[in-house]
Amino acid sequence: MKLKNNAVSLDATDIEILRELQKDSRETYGAIGKRLGIAHSTVYDRVRRMEQQRVIKSYTATVDVEKIGIKNITAIMTVYTDPKETEKVAEKLAALPEALEVYTSLSEELLIIAKVTAASQEDLHELIANSVAPFPGVLRIRTSIVTKKFKETEFQVLGDKKS
Amino acid sequence: MKEEMNSRILRTLPREKAFYFFTSIGNYTGQSAASLKEFMEKVNTVNVKSLEFHLSRGDFEKWTTEVLEDKKLALDFWRLQRSNLLGDGLRSQLYLTVSRRYKELVAKPSVPV
Repeated sequence: MKLKNNAVSLDATDIEILRELQKDSRETYGAIGKRLGIAHSTVYDRVRRMEQQRVIKSYTATVDVEKIGIKNITAIMTVYTDPKETEKVAEKLAALPEALEVYTSLSEELLIIAKVTAASQEDLHELIANSVAPFPGVLRIRTSIVTKKFKETEFQVLGDKKS
Repeated sequence: MKEEMNSRILRTLPREKAFYFFTSIGNYTGQSAASLKEFMEKVNTVNVKSLEFHLSRGDFEKWTTEVLEDKKLALDFWRLQRSNLLGDGLRSQLYLTVSRRYKELVAKPSVPV
């Protein structure tokens, strides 16, 4: 069932299943069913439906890149733009493989905030100087290089239940 | 032949080949130069920290060699990099260097009488 604004309607069991999968997407249907007190076939049917509805978009592995020797730097970039060009700049920025996240924001002026990655500070400079600054409509750029990460997680839509 | 070379150095570049002025890694001032003439003008107005940043990294020399294809000016930048000038002293010297070269390039060759 779909709601008026294209939001999908889920019942309490769907939400419980999603909560289990967000904790561990490799959990078996049997184990989830046992924990929730429902048949594994029910879990299977509901997961299939939520996949088809794109409520579940993908199952991914979270890799600790430092463990495999990749020491990329991460930077938060604020791009000030001509308001007429903001959407186009954001789209072009989003198309770069180095851009991990791209947002537009309305504060005192319309701007773009992006999280980008590069192998080194020099590569970061090359990326911004050669690929971002030349976009038509870019007025100026401020960049902060991340020195220490305290938290990084996906938004847990369903994670508010007391366990 | 020489005139052709001079015109090439003085040409207006596409935006992806322009020089973009930064004050530090990732911090773009919003100022760019798509020709030697525009570069000369921007040297007078851009934040002096940007001039210090790019000269110390050899960015002016690199852009002049690889994009403008002016080895003579690139050599002047290389010499200037070794002068350790900072602030307004650097700005003045940079402007003098670029404007002198610009005048040379735009000067019409003298016709023998």
